[in-house]
Amino acid sequence: MTAHLGLAAKVEAGVGSSPARPDGRLKVTGEFAFSSDLWADQMVWGATLRSPHPRARIVGIDVGPALAIAGVRAVLTHEDVPGRKVYGLEIADQPVLAFDEIRYQGEAVAIVAADHPETAARAAAAIRVEYEVLPPITDPEAAVLPDGPRVHADRPNLLRHVPIRRGDPDVSAPVVVSGVYDVGMQDQAFLGPESGLAVPADDGGVDLYVATQWLHSDQGQVAESLGLPPDKVRFTLAGVGGAFGGREDLSMQIHACLLALRTGRPVKMVYGREESFFGHVHRHPARLWYEHGADEDGRLVYVKARILLDGGAYASSSPAVAANAATLGIGPYDVPNVVMDAEVVYSNNPPCGAMRGFGAVQACFAYESQMDRLAEAVGVDPVEVRVRNALKVGDLMPTGQVVEGAAPVAELLRLVQGRPAPGPADLLPGGTANTTRGEGVVRGVGYGIGIKNVGFSEGFDDYSTARVRLELVGDRPAVLVHTAAAEVGQGLVTVLAQIARTELGVSQVTIAPADTSVGSAGSSSASRQTYVTGGAVKAACEAVRERLLARLGGGQGLRLADERVVDATGAQVASLADLLGGEALEETVEWRHKPTHPLHPETGQGDAHVQYAFAAHRATVDVDVELGLVRVVEIATAQDVGKAVNPKAVEGQIQGGTAQGLGLALLEEIQVVDGVVRNPSFTDYLIPTIMDMPPMSLDILELADPDAPYGLRGVGEPPTISSTPAVVAAIRAATGTALTRVPVRPEHITGTAC
Amino acid sequence: MRVTCKINGVERTADDVWEGESLLYVLRERLGLPGSKNACEQGECGSCTVYLDGLAVCACLVAAGQAAGRDVVTVEGLSEGDDLDPVQSAFLRAGAVQCGFCTPGLIVSVHDLLARTPEPSDPEIREALAGNLCRCTGYEKIMDAVRLAAAEAGERR
Repeated sequence: MTAHLGLAAKVEAGVGSSPARPDGRLKVTGEFAFSSDLWADQMVWGATLRSPHPRARIVGIDVGPALAIAGVRAVLTHEDVPGRKVYGLEIADQPVLAFDEIRYQGEAVAIVAADHPETAARAAAAIRVEYEVLPPITDPEAAVLPDGPRVHADRPNLLRHVPIRRGDPDVSAPVVVSGVYDVGMQDQAFLGPESGLAVPADDGGVDLYVATQWLHSDQGQVAESLGLPPDKVRFTLAGVGGAFGGREDLSMQIHACLLALRTGRPVKMVYGREESFFGHVHRHPARLWYEHGADEDGRLVYVKARILLDGGAYASSSPAVAANAATLGIGPYDVPNVVMDAEVVYSNNPPCGAMRGFGAVQACFAYESQMDRLAEAVGVDPVEVRVRNALKVGDLMPTGQVVEGAAPVAELLRLVQGRPAPGPADLLPGGTANTTRGEGVVRGVGYGIGIKNVGFSEGFDDYSTARVRLELVGDRPAVLVHTAAAEVGQGLVTVLAQIARTELGVSQVTIAPADTSVGSAGSSSASRQTYVTGGAVKAACEAVRERLLARLGGGQGLRLADERVVDATGAQVASLADLLGGEALEETVEWRHKPTHPLHPETGQGDAHVQYAFAAHRATVDVDVELGLVRVVEIATAQDVGKAVNPKAVEGQIQGGTAQGLGLALLEEIQVVDGVVRNPSFTDYLIPTIMDMPPMSLDILELADPDAPYGLRGVGEPPTISSTPAVVAAIRAATGTALTRVPVRPEHITGTAC
Repeated sequence: MRVTCKINGVERTADDVWEGESLLYVLRERLGLPGSKNACEQGECGSCTVYLDGLAVCACLVAAGQAAGRDVVTVEGLSEGDDLDPVQSAFLRAGAVQCGFCTPGLIVSVHDLLARTPEPSDPEIREALAGNLCRCTGYEKIMDAVRLAAAEAGERR
């Protein structure tokens, strides 16, 4: 049940249509080569030894027992890392292989190559590591204090503090609501485990086939640690089984390359699910203190907030996550006075970094919970209080940045509110377990709306590179599009081909495999790839078209359609086949969105973001108040996407993102006790199944952003952000419980939590 | 050890199989059939679902030796040449495929569901697929794909 409000499709399988995925056939037949499916002659298997302790000093490592096992080809430790012994996305603080000190449970200590994966695993287990176990630093509130023990001896635990000051910090208001909220540690839980194949090359370099979000970022970090020039460390994207932020950091990349270069053989590494939980960063757990001041009508006068994010052992992208939490931390509301402090600290908990929503998720749970408290305090409907404060075009963010383009905050709220209420559920809380026949089941409805930046921020040089080649294949024009952008499941390969068809009027478009033989595309994150790599492909197509039309004197009003050059009336001027002859036209373009700027270090003022995106949710839940079981009956979502370049893919992003938000609300938490992960499996870390997900209705707005290609707005993250608070608000409405922590557990609903 | 079984209608043999290997490992790493996927390898995600003597099972939970002499059908065995199975086609057209890692297991599970229950209700679909995790789609388009495949099969009857 979906309504698309906006432009109609024009070009067959072009922008605005939903053609089949080019990789779809391979994916449904099982022939698509994911990174764990690769195989090479003479291939051996890699395995990793990880620390069982969250904090310890390494006294000694004896690899002898591992080397003695038949079939073992190599055992490597930090001493075998020829280049930089640390790596990291923003700050190189994470050891390739641990030396001196262990900072989190699961930290890689040694790696093994062997003929069989079981042999490799046994060999890793046979390595003797002597640890001096140290008390882990696991409480972020203690870690943030300046005089306590340090996670990294050479730097303070406070990794970044982002203050934002707007208006009068001492203003008061007649209505004040405050609360303290907690968000648990969520995992990306992509289904395809970290994996890849490293193949040593004759030139002393290495070719790595891997599932990642950003080939060039990987390449740079791997080359540094291998001590090789980047052109000897060539990356090709293997099939990616989901990402959601969890593949932005390195996992097995350097390890597989080290083993391949040492053994002279192709090395395959494939994490199991348990290892995957230790092999990538997670969403930052957070504690959030909020105070909202408003007038008697619920119009916000001020927001004061502190957000404390637990970054875990290594920096990853924590500094940028903190900036997002701060700059987006009051939500899509117009507030004249803001005092915001977001902090992220090191600890001996698992490292945290990018996950879909990236800092905006944690804040949204808190500020939307606050808006519900405000609604109750002033006796106004929860939607109405949000609408009264809704951000609109021309308003200022707390950073002083003017909101441009479109900001249909009130409209999105009204759309989800206006959806018909769902009827009786076809499943009760507890599902098919027959835990109730309906007695004790109460229905509730809740709302949430969120805001997300699109693209990289704070002055980052955020660009993408596209190479587009137009030539005759057989007798017909065909386009080859080559970028390094990672298709991670979102459908980028479909979208890039659609753009080429629209721009060049050619139906036959091939997307070349993504690799590092073309310039960087930036990361498949921050909801940016259709915008930025889509923009780059569009620009490269325009450059090709310009060269082509130059042959006709660059004629005004000419365009390409149906393999022809046509004039303004649609009459054929020339056929592409005749114009091209035997020649290929190829252009490579680096494309940038408009620049962003750093935040002032004390006031947080600055035009830090390139584009804002919004989604609203209404959740309807049935709660078994006696057992604390929840069944989400329906979720209505409204989102402005600027332009639905591929409507079906947009729907898929919204539905999938909403599911991950539901997971955070009800199910998903990595449980860490004294720095030790208690549930690293799909038996104990629960992601939503098809039984947990309700039907979803969608309203998709297409309000063009004049600065973006085709007016599009990033789509991937916004739906993840506000579904969490909407589901929790619905449970509160059904039960009257305060519920200040996600995920909500049954004992929080029944009041039996200890 | 040596393991011989019929896979997708053809007798296949794998040599030097270690006793601890699963059917999934032998399919993926010894017989060149990586379509069955390795997302959890403990029976929680369903991405390795195959038919074993006509029964849908998680190949990760079947020891390779247990498959000896039996009949295995994997996702690779559902299509014939260019002809997709109707369930595969429905997944494509419904937009039920994103990253695709859950897709092979889901397709076998849906194939099995529709063979047993040609016109499933929505709750029946949800119950039948409760053991197949998908992280990308939120399951809406998977529901669409199952309904589409069931409706088209009904038209053919």
